[in-house]
Amino acid sequence: MPRTLTEKLAILSDAAKYDASCASSGGERRDSRDGKGVGSSGGSGICHAYAPDGRCISLLKILMTNFCIYDCAYCVNRVSSKVERARFSVEEVVRLTMEFYRRNYIEGLFLSSGIIRSPDDTMADMVRIAKTLREVENFRGYIHLKTIPDASPELIDEAGKYADRLSINIELPTERSLADLAPEKSVQGIRQAMGAVRLKREESREKTHTGKARAKFAPAGQSTQMIVGADAADDRAILGNASNLYANYGLSRVYYSAFSPIPDASKMLPLVKPPLIREHRLYQADWLLRFYGFEVDEVAGQGMLDLDIDPKTAWAIAHRDAFPVDVNRATREALLRVPGFGVKTVDRILDTRRRGLVRYEHLVAMGAILKKAKPFITLPGWQAKGLEVADLRARFAPPPEQLSLF
Amino acid sequence: MRIVLPLLGTVAAWRDHVRRLAAEGVAPEAVRWTVGEEARDLLTVDLPPVPSRQLKIARDALEEIETALCHSDPERFNRAHALVLRLNDGLAWGDRTNPALRKLMEQAKTVRRDIHKMHAFVRFREVPTEGPRRAFAAWFEPDHHIVERGTPFFAKRFADMDWVIATPAVTARFDGTLHFEETADTARPPPDATEDLWRTYYASIFNPGRVMVKAMQSEMPKKYWKNLPEADLIPDLIRGADARVREMQAREAEEAPERRRAVARSMAMPERPEPEAGTLDALRAQAAACTRCPLYAPATQTVFGEGPRDAKIMVVGEQPGDQEDLAGRPFVGPAGKLFDEEAEAAGLDRRQVYVTNAVKHFKFTPRGKRRIHQSPVAGEIRACQTWLQHEMGLIRPQLIVSMGATALQSLTGKGAGILKRRGGIEEAGDGTPILVTVHPSYLLRLPDPELARVERAKFREDLARAATYL
Repeated sequence: MPRTLTEKLAILSDAAKYDASCASSGGERRDSRDGKGVGSSGGSGICHAYAPDGRCISLLKILMTNFCIYDCAYCVNRVSSKVERARFSVEEVVRLTMEFYRRNYIEGLFLSSGIIRSPDDTMADMVRIAKTLREVENFRGYIHLKTIPDASPELIDEAGKYADRLSINIELPTERSLADLAPEKSVQGIRQAMGAVRLKREESREKTHTGKARAKFAPAGQSTQMIVGADAADDRAILGNASNLYANYGLSRVYYSAFSPIPDASKMLPLVKPPLIREHRLYQADWLLRFYGFEVDEVAGQGMLDLDIDPKTAWAIAHRDAFPVDVNRATREALLRVPGFGVKTVDRILDTRRRGLVRYEHLVAMGAILKKAKPFITLPGWQAKGLEVADLRARFAPPPEQLSLF
Repeated sequence: MRIVLPLLGTVAAWRDHVRRLAAEGVAPEAVRWTVGEEARDLLTVDLPPVPSRQLKIARDALEEIETALCHSDPERFNRAHALVLRLNDGLAWGDRTNPALRKLMEQAKTVRRDIHKMHAFVRFREVPTEGPRRAFAAWFEPDHHIVERGTPFFAKRFADMDWVIATPAVTARFDGTLHFEETADTARPPPDATEDLWRTYYASIFNPGRVMVKAMQSEMPKKYWKNLPEADLIPDLIRGADARVREMQAREAEEAPERRRAVARSMAMPERPEPEAGTLDALRAQAAACTRCPLYAPATQTVFGEGPRDAKIMVVGEQPGDQEDLAGRPFVGPAGKLFDEEAEAAGLDRRQVYVTNAVKHFKFTPRGKRRIHQSPVAGEIRACQTWLQHEMGLIRPQLIVSMGATALQSLTGKGAGILKRRGGIEEAGDGTPILVTVHPSYLLRLPDPELARVERAKFREDLARAATYL
């Protein structure tokens, strides 16, 4: 008996939930004030709901199909899994997207897919969905397409024309684990596809010979996802790979996804609880690399990040000679390295410094987290103290768990 | 003095009043503001016809003040009134150390968050209509007075349908134009069938392996739940999560039959015919998997040479750059473009020459979203020599044009003194003549425009000389 739309939706959204990204921000500013279509995008995204897993629901995140000819051990949809299978038609995806959108449930569509028949066949179907949304439904909301690494360049071209964002998952932190766990995928194939997308994006920003602007290509950029905890790679390897990806392909984001136990798991994988705190620390470290001027070896030189304290505080404790920082004199770079000071706080401090002295009492108003910053700063109204105590770390780390007695 | 502001257009009315009050010199403390329906005629009744005074307020300050005026705090009008006068008298906008400014900014932030949550949590239900456009309705309960400020967003987004957003005080109605009215009907619109699909989606996208209720509630506080069709699923989803994870773990994985996996594998990786041994294509395929030095690891791909198999001239550069690494082809970046220009001017047709690099992977250090070029070291040049020598062996050029120190090092074993050697002809190990010249990226880096012009001309001469071998 053919499955109902509800059954398909249940199967194909269940199958999509291991993808962390749900971002709908950035990209091209559009709206439908001309009355000829529906939707708007640009600026910061909107999370329309939150699931009890703490993740934002911004997009209709579904697989076109979870039939797949690949056998990636970490994936619930791999060919050797016995999970229930389903497949949406182009019209069904279009209808779900439009009806959800009109009710203000979502910002748009995040479409991914298992590989059916061949990478090109699969990509062509996904592109058809995006094209129908844009050209038939006049949909101006957000579209994120997961690109199939080995699809032909012509299909990627078309995908970038309709989608705001393209992504290709790097999947695992090292080439070795990709070879072990995802035998049909190759690091080189994935990187070549990312390289091609970056070139296309740059080309689309150049004017044509006649001085006209070119058609937009994936204006919200490209992103990727790395699974954490399914292999033995340490945090240094993960962040090293991420910073390489940012530099090589100008990615908007690298998502870290704590490996989650999946139904019908491959025997090659650990049956463990997902290392959620590790995922969280990796995001913090990723931010330090991108916005705070840290290098991979500074935050993850030890191999693994400290799970008990955030990576910036960990770095500060290990480099006490760089502190205390004089809030009224320090450079922007030095202020950014103070625990409890974010980019906004630092900019506000610099702004206020132009008008006069910054006092301790002002810091809260500027968004600083004083509990973290206190030992590392000096300014009128406060003298740093405690830097010399041996167990500075203990002040920030949660108390050790007591052994439970029977 | 008591001023009653209208429920609709509150902020605009307040602004008009403040201009008049400023002209009259009324102190902010002397005014008692309220919002209510009897406001309509008071404006003319209460105030003598004094011309209003223009106050000078920065645009971003006014924007922030008007946002903060949507706050539910009853003191907001007095506070904003006082602040406007102080700003007009020269108080610097943006100083967070000033308690009054800070308070205002915090209230504006609260209002923005309330508006953001409205954009997120309004749930439309389709309602019957006689008109040509589809019609939708929603009921929403904001914390602050945000309907007029928050609903233009919906007008931009849902412009091809009619809709109504009703809140306890104000209702926004859109039929191509946005209207506001005092809410008369507080009945919730009836559920529509698509809500069940949405609930199915909500329940299915939840990952029971990672329950983080606090994270959910900090972004979707319980006060919103009663108007969210999906929210009543939450307690059961949380309660059932542990059992679902245990069930997953208990379910022993059973591998699919070998035959099915083999079929799938052959579909996933169709056999490609291997290139004939000893050809350029075979060499290219081998080089694509090269790991003879560590440079392969961070790079995108091996960038192999290209050009006609029977080329008389082989041009050897240093290594692929950023663009070449992404495209997988040599000489396509800025240095490649300069080479093309000068080669054309020198009568050297790029299509007739074989172009390649001494080192086939891009060496760089990542710096944010950019890659900084690094020169390859002797060990890396040596590791890559094999590929260059095989290319030379297959192409058998009459002349090799060696551009830059790295190519010279690889071809002759000695890269030093390039500026003295440039323009000369040397010999490769197999006796092939090598024309020594500089790398085009050297020309791009010269800061002195006069020197750059001279050097470019010399480079062109070198290429023109090479062209005589065609």
